[in-house]
Amino acid sequence: MANLSFVIPMSVMTLFWGIIGGVVPWFIPKGPNRGVIVTMLVLTAVCCYLFWLIAILAQLNPLFGPALKNDTIWYMYYHSS
Amino acid sequence: MDSFFRSEEMCLVQLFFQTESAHNCIDELGHLGLVQFKDLHPGTADFQRRFVKEVKKCEEMERILRKQLYFVTFFDKLEQELKEINSNRDTLRQNFTQLTEINHLLHMTDDFFVEGEAGSTIEMSSSSVHSFVAGVIKHERFPAFEKILWRLFHGNFVLRHAEIKPHQEENMEKDVFVVFVQGDQVRGKIRKLCDGFHASMYPCPNNAAARKEMRTNVNMRMEDLRLVLKRTEEFRVTTLTAAAANLREWTAKVKKMKAIYYTLNLCNIDITQKLIIAEIWCPVSDLSSVHAALIKGSEQTGSSVTPIMNRIHTQQTPPTFNRTNVFTSGFQNIIDAYGVGDYQEINPAPYTMVTFPFLFAVMFGDCGHGLLMTLLAVWLILHEEHFRKLKNELVDMLVSGRYIILLMGIYSIYTGLIYNDCFSKSFNLFGSSWSVRHMFHPQGPWTNETLHNSDYLQLDPLVSGVYSGNPYPFGIDPMWNIALNKLLFLNSYKMKMSVIIGVVHMLFGVMLSLGNYIFFRNFKDVVLKFIPELVFMLSLFGYLTFLILYKWCVVIKSDSAPSILLLFINMMFFDYSSNGAMLYKTQKPVQIFLVVVAGVMVPWLLFAKPLLMYREHKQSKLVNHLIRIIKGTLLQQKYQNDKGVCMENMGDIFVYQGIHTIEYCLGCISNTASYLRLWALSLAHAELSEVLWKMVLQVALRVTSGMGSVLLAVTFATFAVLTVTILLVMEGLSAFLHALRLHWVEFQNKFYQGSGYKFSPLSFDKMFITGTTEE
Repeated sequence: MANLSFVIPMSVMTLFWGIIGGVVPWFIPKGPNRGVIVTMLVLTAVCCYLFWLIAILAQLNPLFGPALKNDTIWYMYYHSS
Repeated sequence: MDSFFRSEEMCLVQLFFQTESAHNCIDELGHLGLVQFKDLHPGTADFQRRFVKEVKKCEEMERILRKQLYFVTFFDKLEQELKEINSNRDTLRQNFTQLTEINHLLHMTDDFFVEGEAGSTIEMSSSSVHSFVAGVIKHERFPAFEKILWRLFHGNFVLRHAEIKPHQEENMEKDVFVVFVQGDQVRGKIRKLCDGFHASMYPCPNNAAARKEMRTNVNMRMEDLRLVLKRTEEFRVTTLTAAAANLREWTAKVKKMKAIYYTLNLCNIDITQKLIIAEIWCPVSDLSSVHAALIKGSEQTGSSVTPIMNRIHTQQTPPTFNRTNVFTSGFQNIIDAYGVGDYQEINPAPYTMVTFPFLFAVMFGDCGHGLLMTLLAVWLILHEEHFRKLKNELVDMLVSGRYIILLMGIYSIYTGLIYNDCFSKSFNLFGSSWSVRHMFHPQGPWTNETLHNSDYLQLDPLVSGVYSGNPYPFGIDPMWNIALNKLLFLNSYKMKMSVIIGVVHMLFGVMLSLGNYIFFRNFKDVVLKFIPELVFMLSLFGYLTFLILYKWCVVIKSDSAPSILLLFINMMFFDYSSNGAMLYKTQKPVQIFLVVVAGVMVPWLLFAKPLLMYREHKQSKLVNHLIRIIKGTLLQQKYQNDKGVCMENMGDIFVYQGIHTIEYCLGCISNTASYLRLWALSLAHAELSEVLWKMVLQVALRVTSGMGSVLLAVTFATFAVLTVTILLVMEGLSAFLHALRLHWVEFQNKFYQGSGYKFSPLSFDKMFITGTTEE
């Protein structure tokens, strides 16, 4: 699959924030602060996941590429893949 | 206990307790910190209240105690003690002065006598009694003294005087004098004269041996007195320091007493003067602890009658009480700063605990600075006690917000990692998705010549291999950090991100208003207000978000990519004539449908509710009239105010609803645009960070001479100072303010009324922390 390198980070991050927002709240012990802690976990998971998702989707299909100085290009041509 | 999501249920309780146990009971309640006393004499002025004298006395004592820190104390028996000490000290001092004067006198008169014995033959013809008067007189009075002596005795005397050399313990210039005269009667006259001039006279023996003995005597007495004086000083100092140690305790006691008398002023005293009636607001869940405190208080005074608590039902609006702990109180404070919530409406604080630091972090977005902020917060948390002792206002504010700063720092580290910005440098953890090699022959158009001919070249994603097809897995690709057109890409990305985050935040706010409607059983408003608001926002701005996401996800040729802004504007104007391509095939009918639906929502929001009320009003006029009389006198709750108001004037209702509709619909547009500040501030922060790197630190790092290391040390100091003051403090405050504004205005105007009043219990702990008394 050409998109394997996209599927892996996608599923890892979704799983990670999904666990934090959907699974960990069930394990918070009962007490006066349970409601607040669960709210914080869910909101954190939603916000951080959304933020990461926007960043990766914005770069999925770029309309233009970076413009580099010619010595940077020369260096990168000879010293990296 | 979901008490933090809504304010707690409060009840009004009447307390009856005996006058003797009043003081102790209120003391116990004050320590508990859970009841708010209602003012039962709202009309009376301060000086008309019953306990006004006691309050004044407490204020006097407070004032005196405040002076303790600077002056001598005058307080209860301490006052007596110190007065005694002081008077003793004065007498001792006087004695000491006298003795010193005698000492000087004896010293000086030695010379006179020697002289006198030698030259006595000239003036004293006979060996009659040489009487003399010796004494000490103030220096400036001496000439007048001499003149009068001449007038009196026509020169039949010998006057000798000498100045006392100034000594450390005396501060007046005095002269020693000896007058030799004949005859005893003259002495009486001279004595009277000396009295007139306030000169002190001392007996002085005739012969040298006696004088010497007297001198040793005097010296001994002086030594003794010096010792005594020293001891008295020490004693005074120890008494004062002991008093200072107790000072804080006394100040606390006086404050407490003043608060208790203030509270008693709010209560009613029974006719028989034996019973005190108080009305308190207290949380329903704490009724038992209040009862226990009252019993404890009455037991302390030994009265057999326990205080009575009587819960009464009332239509008055109770105060809003949100129980907070040390972590949540900071966030609750910043919400309350804008407006305390209505009784039992949804409290935005638990959601603010995450969204506020998150929005701050979106604007701050630098993991290096975020790390510094987190470390600062950890330091504040660990040394909280130490910082509170400094009693500086700015430091106090920082300390009370330490958990907010901690969360802001942690989220900033995360957003900094996603923006790939650490002190304006990027990390390359996973390898960039952009490849330069593929732009050259044979795959791409570039040759060595193209490279030599131009200063910069742009990579083209359409050339195969240049863009690997997989975006950088975590955050922004590091290639953009060294690109010349970095801002072109980042601006587009950040603006769209701001709009998406804004729409999501506002939709969350609208959903919270649904929570409020359901809690208050206001199902009519769900249909009349919530649904049109939600549909309006979704159909226009939800669709905008969809367009953004769709354009990102599909592959388009760059020259045929339509601009989302133009698409949106054309959609609102129904303008499909331009050649701009559509993003997807059925775009035109979908857009027309959505705009029409949004357009229908506006009259729904504007007219449905007033018309419905008008119909109700007409159908049951008589019944409503009766209801109005009853409800109008008792009801003060806001949600039912609408009904009361609309009965009066339909015009008012239409105007109110019209304002609300315009506010909401135009607000949707302006608030969405307002979220663009997330882009603006993060751009400013990134640019400032880059300037500090390029113009400050990089300059020093490029120096190759030997002195470069010294220059680097100095430049790094400058870099550090500028980073802290500009990027952490200034940008931090700026992002804090803007994130707060986004919450207060754009988020909260979707659901929050904020017109309640805060529960302010009589609490001695709070009093001593803030250092002020209950008003």
